[in-house]
Amino acid sequence: MKELLLTLAQALVDYPEQVSVNQIEGEKSIILELKVAPEDMGKIIGKQGRIARAVRTLVKAAAAHQGKRVVVEIIQ
Amino acid sequence: MKEVEASGKTVEEAIENALKSLGAKREEVEVTVIEEGNKGFLGILGSRQAKVKVVLPDNPEQIINNFLQKVIDDMGLEAGIEIRPREGYYFVSLYGKEMGILIGRRGETLDALQYICNLAVNRKLKNRIRIVIDIEGYRKRREQTLANLAKRLAARVKETGKKVVLEPMNAQERRIIHTTLQNESNIYTASEGKEPYRKVVINLRN
Repeated sequence: MKELLLTLAQALVDYPEQVSVNQIEGEKSIILELKVAPEDMGKIIGKQGRIARAVRTLVKAAAAHQGKRVVVEIIQ
Repeated sequence: MKEVEASGKTVEEAIENALKSLGAKREEVEVTVIEEGNKGFLGILGSRQAKVKVVLPDNPEQIINNFLQKVIDDMGLEAGIEIRPREGYYFVSLYGKEMGILIGRRGETLDALQYICNLAVNRKLKNRIRIVIDIEGYRKRREQTLANLAKRLAARVKETGKKVVLEPMNAQERRIIHTTLQNESNIYTASEGKEPYRKVVINLRN
């Protein structure tokens, strides 16, 4: 899951080397904290959050496939 | 197209360095040797670095394939990828087991994949391209379903004289409803609401 989020984020930003994902395992769900360069925030969120929504959709689909719930948080 | 010049102790090493900075594989690039390089006497006197120019051409199909392959891998899925250039866009067909996961409810996951793929691939290209992804003929089937739905609902509107509001759909799906009914004489269709909750309304033309 972490790997997928990294792949997607790195493919969308100007500074792929500054992308990091922190995985926090909960009992039922996983939280993925995504961090990108400040200049890249717009590239990962998109107009009205459209890009962020698409990224979440893909990560959730992969998680559901493995019987897990996942939350993607984009942090500053 | 990207190009870079790099140097190293040998030609091979110079190419390695160029590939690293391009993030490319050997088979994707064209190499021109500028300077052969010379070990010199005892590796000191008269040694010259090898210098190469490496060009990574725009190859949309390669870029699309690499991106999708990686994403599908990371999702823990296996799929065949077939890419065909068509008039004005690239048509990508995915097939394999468990493709339902990649389609999602009402094609939601497929649309997300297509959207991200367009963004990611175009970042690497000089000229914009459009990519349409389909999985196991899903889009064709969905189109048929929507056209049938549109006709059925139009008939109901004519019968009852009451308008019908459809569930939220994306732009392409709404277009299918509009075009299916555009030649219906007594029927009028319009989209209402804000994305991503825009809905088609079918009503009697007054």
